[in-house]
Amino acid sequence: MPKYLLLKHYRGTPEPYRPCPPMDQWAPEDVEAHMAFLGHVGELLKKNGEFVDAQALTPTRTWVRYGGPDAAPVTTDGPLPETSDLVAGWYMIDVESYERAVELAAYVSSEPGPGGGPLYEWIDIREVMSELPADD
Amino acid sequence: MIDEPTRQLDEGALRALVPRVLAGLVRRGEDFDAAEDALQEALLEALRVWPEHPPRDPRAWLATVATRRLVDARRSEAARQRREEATYAEPRPAATEEGDDTLFLLFCCCHPDLAPASAVALTLRAVGGLTTREIADAFYVPEATMAQRISRAKRALQGRRLDQPGDLAVVLRVLYLIYTAGHVGRVDLAGEATRLARQLTLATEEPEARGLLALMLLNHARLPARLDSQGRIVTLDRQDRGLWDTGEIAEGVRVLQSALAVRHPGRYQVEAAIAALHDDAASAEETDWAQILAWYDDLVALTDDPVRQDPAAVLGRAVAAGHVLGADAGLRETDRLREVLGARHRWHAVRGHLHELGGDLPAAAAAYAEAARRATNVAERDHLVRQAARARADTLRRDRSE
Repeated sequence: MPKYLLLKHYRGTPEPYRPCPPMDQWAPEDVEAHMAFLGHVGELLKKNGEFVDAQALTPTRTWVRYGGPDAAPVTTDGPLPETSDLVAGWYMIDVESYERAVELAAYVSSEPGPGGGPLYEWIDIREVMSELPADD
Repeated sequence: MIDEPTRQLDEGALRALVPRVLAGLVRRGEDFDAAEDALQEALLEALRVWPEHPPRDPRAWLATVATRRLVDARRSEAARQRREEATYAEPRPAATEEGDDTLFLLFCCCHPDLAPASAVALTLRAVGGLTTREIADAFYVPEATMAQRISRAKRALQGRRLDQPGDLAVVLRVLYLIYTAGHVGRVDLAGEATRLARQLTLATEEPEARGLLALMLLNHARLPARLDSQGRIVTLDRQDRGLWDTGEIAEGVRVLQSALAVRHPGRYQVEAAIAALHDDAASAEETDWAQILAWYDDLVALTDDPVRQDPAAVLGRAVAAGHVLGADAGLRETDRLREVLGARHRWHAVRGHLHELGGDLPAAAAAYAEAARRATNVAERDHLVRQAARARADTLRRDRSE
């Protein structure tokens, strides 16, 4: 079965379908509903036997490259830190098909936003390459 | 799926034997690395065999099987093998007390030359008797990674003299690291650290060892109230104190008092005293903040430059100062830490709390939101987002009613 990452982004997604403020500015009950939904997604994936992993990333990013012989690594926050793509976290799932991954991503995107309606968040689906050719 | 007999096996009792058997092997002149590997194999064998065939003398069984493994590892030396099998078949009674064995092994595993993560892993295996798999699970790394970390740690110890008394401060730090590493998951690291600290107090009169045990017990007692049924963090002031473990609190206070009686204070005793004062309050309002502040004064006095050497103590003192002297005094105290801790979520979270204490809800909401952006674990991040949203909602409600 193919594995997919369902990536959530802090920024760098297509134009938001439903722009909204950061979560710390939502009504407390909307925050609760949102977090409860994400917990429920994890449980659902486990119950379905589709869950592999879920992780969240802090928004702090450092770009690093080799500095050359006898030089310290070169680091930078990136040339356009406010507009560049920034991943917030992911679910890794192991599913029957690409279609199933799309279905699950759309379900994640239906998470409640401020006011309770769906957030319509863009979810980035990436297939994980398997290490070995299929045995056929 | 664990089958029924395995569950009936008293793993705690089994693991308690590990330091004694291992210390016996090492004292007899076995190489620490090889002996530890051999004992780990014996332990896995015990987990497999004992449920069906419990041994009469578990410790002798472990020593014998570990010794056989050691002997197998030296199969090439046939003559020596025969001699050793004859010698080791009957394990001799240990000449030393249990506490001495534990202390001896803790000094081996918490060697100052080891990185903290290596010392933690090695201690859990060689003294705690956990399997590599269990340690890997506890730290969410692959088993092969943890196995490698442990064998590198053991290699790093090769050639070091292990018969000298070690550095007790390092041992205490490693045990505290294990304690704070996690309270959830398949392996209860906090419980494991407490067990090891208790063993340590049998081996040394040093009051800081008892201070550490007391600190663990007094904090652990509040664990059942720290998360609600949905896994959300509940702060100390909102916890259901009826859920606190009064047995652990009583033991913690007893251990702390016996340590303080020695009149040789140290940071773990002081931190335990602060924890005891929190545990002692029947409600958040009854917390004796003045005494807590006095203990924090002692804590920051333990280092020459507390802002740089012990910023966590200064931050804790800022909270106490906020409750005793007012929010502004607490905030001024945190200002001293801006350079050292300003990038950390905890600094912003404390400032949020102090702003809220002083009634400045918009500033509290902003500080909590900043803390959430800097949080490094999901439960705390979610908690701080909730705090920010709540403080903001309270602001709006207050503005409307004015």
